Amino acid sequence: MSSKKKTVHEILEDEDFTSLSGQKNSISIILTVLELVLYFGFIALIAFNKPFLAQKIVGEGATTIGIPIAVGTILLSWVLTGVYIFWANSKYDSLVKKVKEKIEG
Amino acid sequence: MPQAQQTAQAAQTMIGQANPTAIMFFVLFVLITLGITWWAAKRTRTTKDFYAAGRSITGFQNGLALAGDYMSAASFLGIAGLVSTKGYDGLIYSVGWLVGWPIVMFLISEPLRNLGKYTFADVVAYRLNQRPIRAAAAAGSLVVVLTYLIAQMVGAGTLIKLMFGLPFELAIVITGALMISYVLFGGMIATTWVQIIKAVLLLGGATLLVILTLGKLNFSYVNLFNQAATATPLGQKFLEPGGLVTSPVDAFSLGLALMFGTAGLPHILMRFYTVPDAKAARKSVFVATGFIGYFYILTVTIGFGAAVLVGQKVIMGIDAGGNMAGPLLAEALGGNLFLGFLSAVAFATILAVVSGLTLAGASAFSHDLFVGVIRRGQASEKDEVKVAKIATVGLGATAILLGILFKGQNVAFLVGLTFAIAASANFPALLMSITWKKFTTAGAVTSIYTGLIVAVILLILSPTVWVDIVHKSEAAAVAKQVKTIEDATKAKIADIEKQRVGGLNAAKVAEIDAAIAAVKKDAEPQIKTAKEQMPKAIFPLKNPGIYSMAAAFLIGILVSLMAPDKAAEAKFEGEKLREYIGIGAED
Repeated sequence: MSSKKKTVHEILEDEDFTSLSGQKNSISIILTVLELVLYFGFIALIAFNKPFLAQKIVGEGATTIGIPIAVGTILLSWVLTGVYIFWANSKYDSLVKKVKEKIEG
Repeated sequence: MPQAQQTAQAAQTMIGQANPTAIMFFVLFVLITLGITWWAAKRTRTTKDFYAAGRSITGFQNGLALAGDYMSAASFLGIAGLVSTKGYDGLIYSVGWLVGWPIVMFLISEPLRNLGKYTFADVVAYRLNQRPIRAAAAAGSLVVVLTYLIAQMVGAGTLIKLMFGLPFELAIVITGALMISYVLFGGMIATTWVQIIKAVLLLGGATLLVILTLGKLNFSYVNLFNQAATATPLGQKFLEPGGLVTSPVDAFSLGLALMFGTAGLPHILMRFYTVPDAKAARKSVFVATGFIGYFYILTVTIGFGAAVLVGQKVIMGIDAGGNMAGPLLAEALGGNLFLGFLSAVAFATILAVVSGLTLAGASAFSHDLFVGVIRRGQASEKDEVKVAKIATVGLGATAILLGILFKGQNVAFLVGLTFAIAASANFPALLMSITWKKFTTAGAVTSIYTGLIVAVILLILSPTVWVDIVHKSEAAAVAKQVKTIEDATKAKIADIEKQRVGGLNAAKVAEIDAAIAAVKKDAEPQIKTAKEQMPKAIFPLKNPGIYSMAAAFLIGILVSLMAPDKAAEAKFEGEKLREYIGIGAED
């Protein structure tokens, strides 16, 4: 029991694991903050600067600038999940594999 | 004249009458899904099958099922309706429903899959005392499931009555009986496939409707918006933000509840256990976010299209809230066949969503309350599945009963409440348990109950319930009194205006203007006094999210720091390894 516990502790101290968990935490926090800024930025625009969103886009008739901004918020949210997937598939998975190999010896 | 107009409009639409095409499509859907349930029943033996579809669902399939769980009939018909009646404000509203998904992905999906087994309580209880945590988490889950279920059931009864002409009670009983059959016999396997089929039908139907709409408008969004700007009495304002966001704090509070509430919905969280590993879990969120975003863009297009091609007068003549905008547009563009198809899809949508909710409620009951609390973790698989099935029937019956009991009530506030509770009771405890070493049992339990109680109490004291429901008659009386004064003033002004005939001299015109101004000035204090009688909410915000979430986090942190739990801290290392690497994760 105690030897197993020590192994877990050792793995957690291992620089491969700290780099893996550190990167995962940073990516998660950065992307979460970006999403918060994106959505609440949009809400703040509506609350504090309605005339900006009500402007017509030049050359597009009646379409207001608020329409692409709202649709853009939806699309960008999806793109952010794509960024995470891209990072996780290309880096995280290989780091996990590396640490797993160390544990299994 | 308005009477004649109304009958003319009613004659143009099949909505509200028993529609053979709709019934045919719906019966077809029911037959196929019952066939799947029969197939699934043979594959549902163990708890893993019943709660988690044997973890055999692929990331892409689960993404579709998650999207299916989230795209309710209320959001399909409601958002299209809101856009068709309010324009841009409806678009703002739809954005809020998507932004929770990236949060689910970045913070919750992988740790949840790696650490849990069947419910999110597994994760919160991972290194803490099982019984109190499971009792609290089950309470949080069941309240969320029940409030959401009532909202869906009442909405279902009303919509089915509108679309098929079925009596409210019958619609609810049919919905309830089918939902119980799927979950009882087919467990998560059947529920997932019902969800996937419904998601495909809904996305396909909405896509077709958008193609037909744009086809009428030279496939040009610019054209659509140009016409929308002249189609309604709002004119260009139809494409500008209106009255939806007036108080920034209110908007912020609702935004928080929507964002973090998604990450606390038990029926969504439970889906992450149906996939084989964390990689598939994360992929499913990417797929779900894409489909849900696409769905909202379609729905918004349908709303604008209905305003242009059907017209607000007709839409609001059928249903003041605009809920029939989508079906009316389908009827206008694709005739009775397409209307029937879309109505059946809406019914199927309701069914799929309530099935997912029932399964989540049943698992909280059996896995957390029965096994975790009553049997202290010691129960055979057979017993657990049996209790889950009993809970399914019990929950289904409760949902039918409450649905009928709440008939005709304004239940829109329940959806806001659901997200506020999910964001305050479930999400903070879940997040702290996977990220914070010093989180304790007492901290988790007090955090969950605080979030739950604060959200419920503040919502009752908020304008949504306190003014609109509790003091509904007083509010209506005041509104009526104000209207009486305003009408009298208007009549007086109209009377004076009559003196304004051609060829008056300037002095006379000034005299008339002065008389009108005097009448207006006279009415002002009267209206003001009348409005002061308006019942005021004790809590000012419409959604309590900002306070209830903050309270849940604060209490969780304070209680954990006041009484440290060394045993739980010691287990954090093992949890961390499993959370990041997936070693020991349930397979």
